[in-house]
Amino acid sequence: MTAFAPAPAPAPAPAPALRLDGIDAVVIGASAGGVEAVSRLLVGVPAGARASVFIVLHLPRERPSLLASVFQSKCGLPVHEAEDKEPVQPGHVYVAPPDYHLLLDEGPCLALSSDEPVNYSRPAIDVLFESAADIYGARLLGVILTGGNQDGAAGLAAVLRAGGRAMVQQPDSALVSLMPASALARSPASEVLGLDDIARLLGTLPTCVTP
Amino acid sequence: MPSNDTDIELQLLLEAIYLKYHYDFRTYARASLKRRMTTAMARFGCQSLSQLQDRVLHDVNAFAPLLEYLTVQVSDMFRDPSYFRALRRTVLPLLRTYPSLKVWVAGCSSGEEVYSLAILLREEGLLANTILYATDINAKALQRAEAGVYELGRVAGFTENHRKSGARSSLSDYYTAAYGNAVLDKSLRKNIVFSDHSLATDSVFAEVQLVSCRNVLIYFDRALQDRALGLFGEALCRKGFLGLGAKESVRFSAHADTFDELVRDDRIYQKRDVA
Repeated sequence: MTAFAPAPAPAPAPAPALRLDGIDAVVIGASAGGVEAVSRLLVGVPAGARASVFIVLHLPRERPSLLASVFQSKCGLPVHEAEDKEPVQPGHVYVAPPDYHLLLDEGPCLALSSDEPVNYSRPAIDVLFESAADIYGARLLGVILTGGNQDGAAGLAAVLRAGGRAMVQQPDSALVSLMPASALARSPASEVLGLDDIARLLGTLPTCVTP
Repeated sequence: MPSNDTDIELQLLLEAIYLKYHYDFRTYARASLKRRMTTAMARFGCQSLSQLQDRVLHDVNAFAPLLEYLTVQVSDMFRDPSYFRALRRTVLPLLRTYPSLKVWVAGCSSGEEVYSLAILLREEGLLANTILYATDINAKALQRAEAGVYELGRVAGFTENHRKSGARSSLSDYYTAAYGNAVLDKSLRKNIVFSDHSLATDSVFAEVQLVSCRNVLIYFDRALQDRALGLFGEALCRKGFLGLGAKESVRFSAHADTFDELVRDDRIYQKRDVA
């Protein structure tokens, strides 16, 4: 040992895999500021993507939701409001309806529930993420965006536990940082990225092989 | 086939409940049931579903609270006012042509829906000639339904819903406030029969003109949903009506051809007239 031994280099941050190979499903959760943030992500999803995308945005109760049509204008994949027992199709985007939880069930098919709010929210991000982690395991990507409560933190942890990938919007860059910050505090292994970087990564989702 | 330990434990627990207590949750939609069971597990201080199974099998007093937990469902009076508006405008004018009416509220839980229908029928002058069957598998919920007592704090929301349903009267005509509760007018109950009935294991008990079953089928898997829709089809008279929850449909079921869409947005169907 000499006095000139270099200071140990900080361990390099694990480089996030630069592609989304092997991802068959993406779950996205957001609250305050979420319409804009989700719209920016959807622009990045390639038109021929084979992954299914599921979105929970906290919404005021009892108002017909225009989200599906808002998102449709940003997105090359068909976007619908989720229906109970609907079989999941690859390359489709599903939005949770107001006042119902959205879950993934065996099949996979969509499931709705009127169970009590979770984190004061119905739909709740945790409910979607935990059920999706059960169904998709390592083939799932979970993304937590801007928002003003802690919903989604437990859900994102479940995604990681099941071997899936977790992404969190850089809290500083979020309109409201509490939701991404809470998710990150609970799951420090999440990849932390700005919206445009997440959108760019979604551009690497596997696409259907055209015959 | 169950894919992980929790799924295996869940399946064994449901089997145990069925064998011991004859309540069949094996064909409930798994994702929601699993969520409720794991929450119940924590509530009962158990570390795993296997522990919960042990408790439920060997402590008969544990089953009632678990059943309550698994089946409790809170709704609002006149939830989704547009549903009641559509009944008022489109269905009741046709029901009026029958000399007497039978209505089945399947999965009535604590009664909000059946009282809403009773008030609607009274407003339209049809209640006196109607029998409403309100059924559920949860005995405690049925007791609450029969009592017809709701927290006063919820009544403002009920009143707003009722108004939006095209009300011809004031909701306050139908309850008296006492000790923080709204107690519904007993005369509404005169035409309601509360009864234990399982869509999973029981059969049809009457011919009815209208079945209202909202936000119940979402808890069933597709096979059980098919069973329930089959029962409704059997129970309904020729060209009878079926009302489902705002996000439920017959579209993905084996009985899609039994019903025609009558009011699409409000999920009101009419039994198809088979020539």
